[in-house]
Amino acid sequence: MDPSLARYIWVHTWRQQIWILFVVALSMIPYFMSFDLPKRIVNGPIQGQGFETPGATQPFLAIDVDVPLLGSLHLFDGFQLNRTQTLVGLSLVFLGLVIVNGAFKLYINTYKGRLGERMLRRIRFQLVDRVLRFPPGNFKRIKPSEVATMVKDEVEPLGGFIGDAFVQPALLGGQALTALIFIIVQSFWLGMIAAFIVAIQLVLIPQMRKRLIRLGRERQLTARALSGRVGELVEGIGAIHINDTSNYERADIADRLGRIFKIRYDLYQWKFLVKFINNFLAQVTPFLFYLVGGWFALQGRLDIGQLVAVINAYKDLPGPLKELIDWDQNRQDVQVKYAQVVEQFTVDTIMDEKLQMLTPHPVGPITEPLATSHLSMIDDSGAKVLNRVSVQIHPGEKVAVVGTAAGGAEALAEAFARLAWPESGRISIGDRDLLELPEAVTGRRIAYASSDTYLFQGSLRDNFLYGLKHAPLSEPKYDEDASAQRRWHMEEAKIAGNPDYDPNSDWVDYAAAGATGPEDLYYVLRPVLDAVVLTQDILDLALRSRVDPKLHPGITGRIVEVRQALRQRLHEQGLSSLIASFEPNAYNVHATVGENLLFGAASGSELSDKELARSEYFKSILREDRLGEDLYLMGIAIAENAIELFADLPPDHPFFQQLAFMAPEEIPVYEQLLQRLRGKPFDVVNPEDRVRMIKLSFAYIEPRHRFGLLTPELMDRIVAARHRFHKDLPEDLKRAIERYDPEKYTTAATLIDNVLFGRIEHNQPDGPERIRSLVRELLDTLGLHDEVLDIGLEFNVGVGGRRLTSAQRQKLDLARALLKRGDFLILNRPLSALDQRSQDVVTKNVLEEVTRDGRNPAVIWVLPNAGLANLFERIIVFHGGEIVQDGTPETLSKENGMFMRLVA
Amino acid sequence: MLLNDEVGTLRKIPLFSRVAPAKLKLLAFTSDRVTYNEGQTLFHQGDEGDAAYVVLSGRADVIVDSPTGQIKVAEVEPNEIVGEIAILCDVSRTATVRAAAPLEVLRIRKDHFLRLLTEFPEMTVEIVKVLADRLSHTTAELTAARSKARQTNS
Repeated sequence: MDPSLARYIWVHTWRQQIWILFVVALSMIPYFMSFDLPKRIVNGPIQGQGFETPGATQPFLAIDVDVPLLGSLHLFDGFQLNRTQTLVGLSLVFLGLVIVNGAFKLYINTYKGRLGERMLRRIRFQLVDRVLRFPPGNFKRIKPSEVATMVKDEVEPLGGFIGDAFVQPALLGGQALTALIFIIVQSFWLGMIAAFIVAIQLVLIPQMRKRLIRLGRERQLTARALSGRVGELVEGIGAIHINDTSNYERADIADRLGRIFKIRYDLYQWKFLVKFINNFLAQVTPFLFYLVGGWFALQGRLDIGQLVAVINAYKDLPGPLKELIDWDQNRQDVQVKYAQVVEQFTVDTIMDEKLQMLTPHPVGPITEPLATSHLSMIDDSGAKVLNRVSVQIHPGEKVAVVGTAAGGAEALAEAFARLAWPESGRISIGDRDLLELPEAVTGRRIAYASSDTYLFQGSLRDNFLYGLKHAPLSEPKYDEDASAQRRWHMEEAKIAGNPDYDPNSDWVDYAAAGATGPEDLYYVLRPVLDAVVLTQDILDLALRSRVDPKLHPGITGRIVEVRQALRQRLHEQGLSSLIASFEPNAYNVHATVGENLLFGAASGSELSDKELARSEYFKSILREDRLGEDLYLMGIAIAENAIELFADLPPDHPFFQQLAFMAPEEIPVYEQLLQRLRGKPFDVVNPEDRVRMIKLSFAYIEPRHRFGLLTPELMDRIVAARHRFHKDLPEDLKRAIERYDPEKYTTAATLIDNVLFGRIEHNQPDGPERIRSLVRELLDTLGLHDEVLDIGLEFNVGVGGRRLTSAQRQKLDLARALLKRGDFLILNRPLSALDQRSQDVVTKNVLEEVTRDGRNPAVIWVLPNAGLANLFERIIVFHGGEIVQDGTPETLSKENGMFMRLVA
Repeated sequence: MLLNDEVGTLRKIPLFSRVAPAKLKLLAFTSDRVTYNEGQTLFHQGDEGDAAYVVLSGRADVIVDSPTGQIKVAEVEPNEIVGEIAILCDVSRTATVRAAAPLEVLRIRKDHFLRLLTEFPEMTVEIVKVLADRLSHTTAELTAARSKARQTNS
């Protein structure tokens, strides 16, 4: 990117700039015509010049052109119009000119705006494009949110400026110059005075503004640093809480804000001082005109008419001049911002664009060995992590890399993955340097996973398939409107120097993963998920989610069958007591009182747990057989119990999670309430307090809380109330609740709740785990496994995958690397978040999975401990940045070397 | 059986006998009531210990693996506690416990129990007293056994 903004703008927009200059020049013609017209209307038809005799006519719209040398050229005689007709005609011309002027203005502004926005798009894209090509080491020094601010905020003012970059000075300069020349023509000396003051303004003001520019730059840097810090706070919020450093951070932020305030206030003060001086200079000129001009007039060296004309003409000078100076300030401001940003994004070792060229066709396999020769790597502190290492890995080799801590094994893996660049020596595939290979080769034929995972926000599916999205492979089908939209997007992208790849097309390279399309993807995905032991997790995610029957009719349509099959299975295994089913005519003791009353899932907020007790309709149901009173008394008993149990505990105590009835901060509220209500009969208690107490009863589950508050009689009355509730349910509430129906899928409930159609009994040991594994088995036998997996894959992983555990993230990263089916699989301690036993299992599974279907990729696995190295054909042992041993497990276990020490 | 009955049971267990009833109620509330069928296993020898079990009703066998197979070494009856060492220190289970009849227990989770101890030091003091008592008994028994052994040896 060109360091000079003016040149950058000119290179990319010179055609448009010349066009707009031309249009502006053209627009001057009607503009000046409209100046002259009022005079002609007043003098002509209104005051009667040329219409002295009744019935006199004047030519209208006669066209005479003055041609130099040839004299006047008569083109058109015009129409002969009388006085009234001329008035109407001229007024209409005036109206026409107003419209023409407005249309010019509209066109020019729109054109300039579009020009600016396109350039802004170009700049932003180029910046992000550069980020994508930065060398890896660069990212250790820059803060993500600072880069984001630069791309988003700091270049934003450029858009507004670019349209005016050349037009504004030309236009305003022209206007100012015209006014000045006019004054000089009227009176040389007065003209000189005006020119002198203008010269002072043009020299002094930019000088003073240098300070403004310096302050502006400081403002930009401090604001950028602030956004970097705020980004850091958000990312490191855990560390802040753990270390009680929130006030340290507050101090830092307040200090930064203070500095920003000081800069901004300085800027503000100085800006208005400059404005004051500028205005003063502009006003001092008329003062001189009156004084000097008046004196000249008194002496008779200047006639009064000239003086008035000069003062009149001067009115047109300060306006354009001021705008010109403003434009100049804007220019410098934007230039500074631009230079700042460009400097940040200029890196000498930036990757060549060719390395990232879009490659839609498949890339051939790597058949030559991956080798390093005299490879040295250093870390950020300059310490050598690899010291002149030469090693060769052949296609198909299964290599374990082990070593002491910081022995160099990880550095080698990172170097192979191009995540770090060599300090000296080289890495090559055959005779080609690894760093000079396009990413289309390395990114597809070499797979890499490490403990340091990064997931993009999106569904699990998106993240699994992320490693296959190299190029848009299909032409998406658009209807007429959408395809017109698409054409427009492509056109615009081209004009702004952006690529026009379609994000809506299917980017997934199914063939690379061994599938033919989205239909048989599960065929290759399932073994991979099984290998990294992630299938169960995904099924559980699916079971806990709410499923839209429209999107997944496969399972929701068969829910009755699934429920029956589960009951059958439980019965066969003698486990029927594990689930208490929902029965329309029976109380379910393992569900809450509220659930038993509603017998349905709330799909709107009107009947959610919080609002239920307030609902007028619901209150009327409770009033009928004084069930409300019983529930109120139950609420009192619950409150008493809860306060007895929890009053001594600090509010942040984990036991409060067990207390489903109230939040810790509500305990004192209920304490007071109890004192107030004790002994009062139900009828005199005010409705608000009733609601508060009744609300407590809704969360009660007898076998779990064991306060002894439910009698068979009360249960029967609750079931009766349930029937009354559903019988006359008003229309508006019908939408807020979905009644449990053994024959139907409940959209508002989770998938597992739908499958169980009941509650897991509380007194069963490990009930939830046993049920889950039973359900998983069942889904497989019913052939619903893939359908549910599909639902689970829709789970949104959150920012950076934070909604997954770190073990799940690492497994996902590994699965993604496996799915790519590369020729070299580099695994850099990819399972560090797993316990030892799971690591063993996954390692064995993965080694089996990579060779399934006759594939034979090379595997380079950096192992955290040497125990698993015997699973591999070859072991390389690192110590102190050098290879100390290299050979088969058999030979190494006979040598008395580092390897035996690591195993021990 | 209700929370208050469970508190009654807990009071009959020496380890908790001197703890204030209000705290026992909280302990019972935060514990799970679990039922086992005959033959179901509460925990296996060698498992990591994460809970203690107070028998409310029914019967359970304590079984130890030996080279000759499993040997029943003891029986647990109502108002008795089993696996309590696991909630006091980090050891794996030294025996397997299996329900010998339909069994109802109160499952006291280790993390809950330890939280209670940190929250209410007076409860800790009472439990330490019981443990110290046990230790002195064990020591006395050990001394007696040693002197007996010495006598037979000599």
